[in-house]
Amino acid sequence: MSPAYGVTAVVLVLLAAVLIGAFGIRVSRTTSDFYVASRTVSPLWNASAIGGEYLSAASFLGVAGLILTYGADMLWLPVGWTGGYLVLLVLVSAPLRRSGAYTLPDFAEARLESMVVRRASSVLVVLIGWLYLMPQFQSAGLVFRTVTGAPTWAGGLLVAVVVALNVLSGGMRSITFVQAFQYWIKLTALAVPLVFILIAWRSGGSPGLPPGDPWALPLHGREHPVYATYSLIMATFLGTMGLPHVLVRFYTNPDGRAARRTTLLVLTLLGAFYLMPAVYGYLGRVYGLPATDAVVLTLPGRLVGGTAGELLTALVTAGAFAAFLSTSSGLAVSVAGVIAQDLTGGGVRPFRRSTLLAVTVPFVLACVARPLPVADVVGLAFAVAASSFCPLLVLGIWWRRLTTVGALAGLLVGGGLACAAGVATIVGGPYSGWKEALLAQPAAWSVPISFAVMIVVSLLTPSRVPRNVARTMVRLHTPETLDVDRGDWRPRSV
Amino acid sequence: MTEKRISDLLRVSRSAADADRPRRVVVTSPRTAAARRPRRPLTTEIDEQTRLGEVYMVSLVRTQFRLALFVCTVLGCVVGGLPLLFLLVPELRSAELLGVPLPWLVLAGLIYPAFVVGAWLYVRQAERNERHFAELMDQE
Repeated sequence: MSPAYGVTAVVLVLLAAVLIGAFGIRVSRTTSDFYVASRTVSPLWNASAIGGEYLSAASFLGVAGLILTYGADMLWLPVGWTGGYLVLLVLVSAPLRRSGAYTLPDFAEARLESMVVRRASSVLVVLIGWLYLMPQFQSAGLVFRTVTGAPTWAGGLLVAVVVALNVLSGGMRSITFVQAFQYWIKLTALAVPLVFILIAWRSGGSPGLPPGDPWALPLHGREHPVYATYSLIMATFLGTMGLPHVLVRFYTNPDGRAARRTTLLVLTLLGAFYLMPAVYGYLGRVYGLPATDAVVLTLPGRLVGGTAGELLTALVTAGAFAAFLSTSSGLAVSVAGVIAQDLTGGGVRPFRRSTLLAVTVPFVLACVARPLPVADVVGLAFAVAASSFCPLLVLGIWWRRLTTVGALAGLLVGGGLACAAGVATIVGGPYSGWKEALLAQPAAWSVPISFAVMIVVSLLTPSRVPRNVARTMVRLHTPETLDVDRGDWRPRSV
Repeated sequence: MTEKRISDLLRVSRSAADADRPRRVVVTSPRTAAARRPRRPLTTEIDEQTRLGEVYMVSLVRTQFRLALFVCTVLGCVVGGLPLLFLLVPELRSAELLGVPLPWLVLAGLIYPAFVVGAWLYVRQAERNERHFAELMDQE
């Protein structure tokens, strides 16, 4: 195809993101604006923003590519990425908003009254954030190269610069609007070509798969499919609540009730989006496309010829760039926020310096590291989150006897084991047999270990229960309409 | 405790002075066994972390946790049960419904609206629990 359409699409998306972001400059003046958009964002805006932030390159391109490569088992990936919000809704959303914390380390400090636990959480947030940012920059490079033929680093650099500009100029207020806008771009960019594709498919006599194609059957395709499926379910359903860029979004709700309603809307928006990648994957198989992440980009051109096909391809490319931009922006804000608060003591200027750090490190990593499949690295980030922050949040919110020592031990053991398994997979692989399955999908064993360590160590150290746990429980669970003493803890940056 | 007694006395004397209080009437069935209304706002019990306040807080947290656990159990049965079902009944893997393979129909379609309905029911019930708790606290 001619690169003109694709380049135009990319430039338009980048420009729109910068312009919309610039509107935020006027309204963001204080630190509080920068961090959480002054908590004046309505549920639909908020939910769109969460959706926009959450649907990364892995969702937009990776899911369809993986379904095309491995078949029906990969359908669990979007199911888990959506269902994770149901778990988050029932276990975490309202109490977390009521805690008044800005970030995961804030929550750890508020609940456990310990700076050590706070520091450990900060390190994990930065690690998860970088793990998630790196593949975004890498796939931006790959898409840009597919469309224009430019070197791989160029696309990543473009996205990194726009993200840094956006975060620096407006903070999160502008990011909220950018993110909300990105969700609708992504939905349109996948839905409109799909309509044309389906029309072309029907007029071509609705071809199907050859009967008995093992590709369409579940529990098939990889070694130890049952273990892999359950581990994937565990990582995605429990890891969602521990992603730093997702949680930061909940603080922009005015109260716990709004946080719940926002989550309900998020589930609806994500469900609508994830209906589509499976269809792309299925049709990719029907038409025998090569099994890569590019199936979303190539399918429109393959089925709809001529200028219309090129326009549709440009639209999908725009959507992909929206995906890189939005996820990277959200992650950059949270990683920068955590670095600024915990390494420099808060304020606007450290936040700016931290933003540069938050974007530069993963960009350099993306240039240096060998290209890894997006979904693998993203899956690792989910597994680390599920084995560290999921037990911290669930036990912290619902169990009074969680102690400082227990939480710290669980974070270090669970997060450490999941990180180690991931590093071994990325650096050491490929392995074979059970070793491969256990290391590539660590969640099924690392999450139970993390929970067990947190509970057992807490029970062994009953004297280390935080002093104000009763007051914290009041704060986390009573509705805001009641006039009760919720303690005087405030996030340190305000 | 003396503080409590003094505030009770004050309250009694104040209400006695209240002119437009309804006149006392004889009731046919004296409700001596009925629980007496608490004399202080219940939120004070929570603020002062008395035993009573603790009981109320524990009951709120427990109600919400039971609800959350119920939703998670149902979710776990559905999500954990599907691969097991496909493992134990291999015919289901290739079964078709409305011309679409059954696993695809469930995993790429029906499960998403099911999530939304489940979440909606949860939000409704959780808000109801909170409203009950607030009403309980308000009846002074």
